[in-house]
Amino acid sequence: MKVGVVTFPGSLDDVDARRAVVLAGHEAVALWHGDHDLRGVDAVILPGGFSYGDYLRCGAISRFSPVMTEVVAAAERGMPVLGICNGFQVLCESHLLPGALIRNNHQKFVCRDQRLRVQNNKTAWTSSYDEGVEITVVLKNGEGSYVADAATLDMLEGEGRVVVRYLDVNPNGSLRDIAGITNERGNVVGLMPHPEHAVEDLCGPGTDGLGFFTSLLAPVG
Amino acid sequence: MARVVVDVMLKPEILDPQGKAVQGALPRLGFEGISDVRQGKRFELEVDGELTEQRLAEVREIAEKLLSNPVIEDFTVHTDGAGA
Repeated sequence: MKVGVVTFPGSLDDVDARRAVVLAGHEAVALWHGDHDLRGVDAVILPGGFSYGDYLRCGAISRFSPVMTEVVAAAERGMPVLGICNGFQVLCESHLLPGALIRNNHQKFVCRDQRLRVQNNKTAWTSSYDEGVEITVVLKNGEGSYVADAATLDMLEGEGRVVVRYLDVNPNGSLRDIAGITNERGNVVGLMPHPEHAVEDLCGPGTDGLGFFTSLLAPVG
Repeated sequence: MARVVVDVMLKPEILDPQGKAVQGALPRLGFEGISDVRQGKRFELEVDGELTEQRLAEVREIAEKLLSNPVIEDFTVHTDGAGA
């Protein structure tokens, strides 16, 4: 598959995301925030970082970049879209996913190897995992506290749309320990932790993150 | 030219860690009796031409679409020294 990774001004993890894509057996395609062009990709990743310096709100300005017009339209047609960290913030600001990410409740930037449970393996990005499996990937954020109103949280839980949940500790104050969610269709997934930093044994806490990228090959459902 | 001010505040039910940190610093500085601090944003927009109801409606649209995130924030629009 051709998997596009968008680079915004201030993206940090676009290179790691492209590497993860290649390690998972796909072709990585660099996409530029200023282009109205997805270059024929089959899926899109919005990587981590601090796009536009996190000015205004994290992801708020990226949401209106030319490439996002195309990403939103493609997502609505069913194209798999994965938002990692800052990418998750962009997806929430774009209203492709409900809720928002606010400053960590303890005010500090957090960087740790985080244990997670994969709650939903029916999405385009998690079908390689067994349901309920526990994985460890890197987490690093300053504004990663997931919030939504109670009705939205109940809906997400009721429809099985909580994709990954924090285990052991809640690192940022996210409501109901939510680390990642999906849209109704299961093609758009956003999560705060960084699976692209856990794809090789040489660095990072192992290879538990690779499943997000290999899932694109596996049949959904 | 008119100045329109948009104030954006986190909704009351959303935790404001920055406001909490500011509040926590106050007793250390000797200020007592401040039971809560909420931190928000103020935007000052210079609007060309006459400030009509239509222009104000546009500012409200700007506030809703870009300046605030309605999921977590409320905004108010007010004119400040209009015609200045």
